[in-house]
Amino acid sequence: MTDRVVTSDLGSGSSQSPDALLEVRDLRTYFKTDDGIVKAVDGVSFDIRPGQTVGVVGESGSGKSVTMMSILDLNPKPGRISVRDDTAPGEQMEAFLRGSKKHVSVSTGEALFRGENLLQASKRRLRALRGSEISMIFQDPMTSLNPVLTVGDQLVEAVMLHQDVTTRQARQLALEGLKEVGIPRAERRIDDYPHQFSGGMRQRVMIAMALINDPALLIADEPTTALDVTTQAQILGLIQQLQRDHGTAVVLITHDLGVVAETADDIVVMYAARVAEHAPVYSLFEQPLHPYTWGLLGSLPRLDVELERLTQIVGQPPSLLRPPRGCRFRPRCSFAFDRCRQELPEALPATFDESHLAACFLPEERKLAESKRVVTELALDSEAAA
Amino acid sequence: MTQYLIRRILWAAVLFVGVTLITYVLFFLLPADPARLAAGKSATAEDVERVAHQLGLDRPIHEQYGLFLKRLVVDHSLGRSYANRRSVNEMIGEAVPVTAALVIGGAILWMLIALPVGVISALRPRSLIDRATMIFILIGISAPVVWIGLLLQYFVGFKWGLTPNAGYCDVFSPPDGATCGGPADWAYHMILPWVTFAVLFAASYARMIRSNVMDTLGEDYVRTARAKGAPESLVIRRHVLRNALLPVVTMLGLDIGVALGGAIFTEAIFNLPGLGRLALNSVLNLDLPTMQGVVVFATLAIIVLNLIVDIVYAYIDPRIRLA
Repeated sequence: MTDRVVTSDLGSGSSQSPDALLEVRDLRTYFKTDDGIVKAVDGVSFDIRPGQTVGVVGESGSGKSVTMMSILDLNPKPGRISVRDDTAPGEQMEAFLRGSKKHVSVSTGEALFRGENLLQASKRRLRALRGSEISMIFQDPMTSLNPVLTVGDQLVEAVMLHQDVTTRQARQLALEGLKEVGIPRAERRIDDYPHQFSGGMRQRVMIAMALINDPALLIADEPTTALDVTTQAQILGLIQQLQRDHGTAVVLITHDLGVVAETADDIVVMYAARVAEHAPVYSLFEQPLHPYTWGLLGSLPRLDVELERLTQIVGQPPSLLRPPRGCRFRPRCSFAFDRCRQELPEALPATFDESHLAACFLPEERKLAESKRVVTELALDSEAAA
Repeated sequence: MTQYLIRRILWAAVLFVGVTLITYVLFFLLPADPARLAAGKSATAEDVERVAHQLGLDRPIHEQYGLFLKRLVVDHSLGRSYANRRSVNEMIGEAVPVTAALVIGGAILWMLIALPVGVISALRPRSLIDRATMIFILIGISAPVVWIGLLLQYFVGFKWGLTPNAGYCDVFSPPDGATCGGPADWAYHMILPWVTFAVLFAASYARMIRSNVMDTLGEDYVRTARAKGAPESLVIRRHVLRNALLPVVTMLGLDIGVALGGAIFTEAIFNLPGLGRLALNSVLNLDLPTMQGVVVFATLAIIVLNLIVDIVYAYIDPRIRLA
């Protein structure tokens, strides 16, 4: 079922590791709306190794969630096409959406899960993977559980969909799952309805449900955004601990750099449907190489360092209906020059570090100098040292 | 739960007194003399006065109303008809099964139509079937019941002779001299009334189910179910329909309650001896006791069905607790 397929290196500067659990290559997802076609994800590539935590960071609408939803085919009315001519995938996708009444969204590209392209997998195969090999938890635990079924019923359903067990055994597994995520008096609470749980407890239930079939990959889509701060820390701690116990790889989608700084191994910074920077967490904080990341770091509120004021990134993220020509960040970037107006930068590895990718045309010396200035200003280096 | 029931029953009593009192007041506001009508065309002034005295119409309104309440509470009697001196209890007793058959049969029919139509058009918005449904809904909601009934009667019953034009047959014990009887004849005569009665409701229910299902499809827990790997049929059945049909249960209970009070148009068109026709005739004859009898029964039907809806709702929706 999970035989490994050796995939060829696709080039284009991908930092492809042969033992990747999930390799996303040039993923694109467009949506049809009344205003036109929204290019929600437009050429995104990254890798996730087994057991690794990858933080995906970006503003609302930068395509973080859609990227993950596309991989699992969970977008509304999804269509999937394979693009033959690599030069103009966007046009083919737009033509597909305009020509189809049945589809609202379309994805193309590759999402190789253990070598198997999920973007070409059958619906049945995807159903078999969802919830068993790749699980997902969502932002709002208040609305993510079915209000008319007990949490026990919903956990049992998750087990029975993927494991060949009796209802009694499934219930036992559900009970163990609830205990593992720290639901007090789980024996009694298993028959309660979601509205009888607090937000934090519901998110614990969601986590129990996502991990009940021992998946290889857990996608957590802003799992703490809707929770209060103390609960946030508990939930993040729980995810980390379960990840260690089960060896699950985790994709942590968030708009909060602070959250991923503590939990992630790698960070993918997304901006306007593309990857701006992709680096190991220490590298990203010590030596950020993309102007957008500098802006993000500058706008991070901190208690430990006295700053004159928080800096904000001027302007608004671009419309994904008609993204600007050239680099997507160019209209807000104070370093932009001619080339940024003409070409769309790919995320390419730095010469000194294969694993550090940034989509920026600035010369490397310039990036390093600016990076050093930003890091010193924000005193990130002292924190890293400590 | 007990406390809840007590509160509900007290409230029902208040409602009951209010509704019957209003009926009384409205009746006596009518610029017509029920005694004159009951006494007949050639009655003299003394005759009318005597009839008025017999019927108790010469007493003040509050006394008449008090008498009505006393009779109802102590003797469980709704009195006798002004028009034919029959016991109102008896007349209502005969009419209820007819109306109940019409309403319940109609409700089953309209749900059988509305449920699949609503769900399918919600799952395939803007498809051919969805557009056809929307046209059906538009016609069903805009066309008056009377017109639909007459049309069906004319074409299906009269022109094509597929069903009887009108009339009612007893299911179990046809009275002596009846031309028809038994379940088969009964159902045969009820087909057109059922269809007529169901069209309006089927349309509005299909529309309601369609929009509920579409709303529910966008819920986060439906996405959760899909993310769990549930096949679409299970997602629809277990996660979408369970939630989308909750409000439909409420509407169904309320509509059946209201309809039990008399489906006046449908009964009038197809000459069914139900509560609706009884109510209509009692108004035309200024027959206060019969009118009041129908009002009492209709009020009770609505109160009881409301209570049933509340109890059922608390059972199917765990978020609601009766307290």
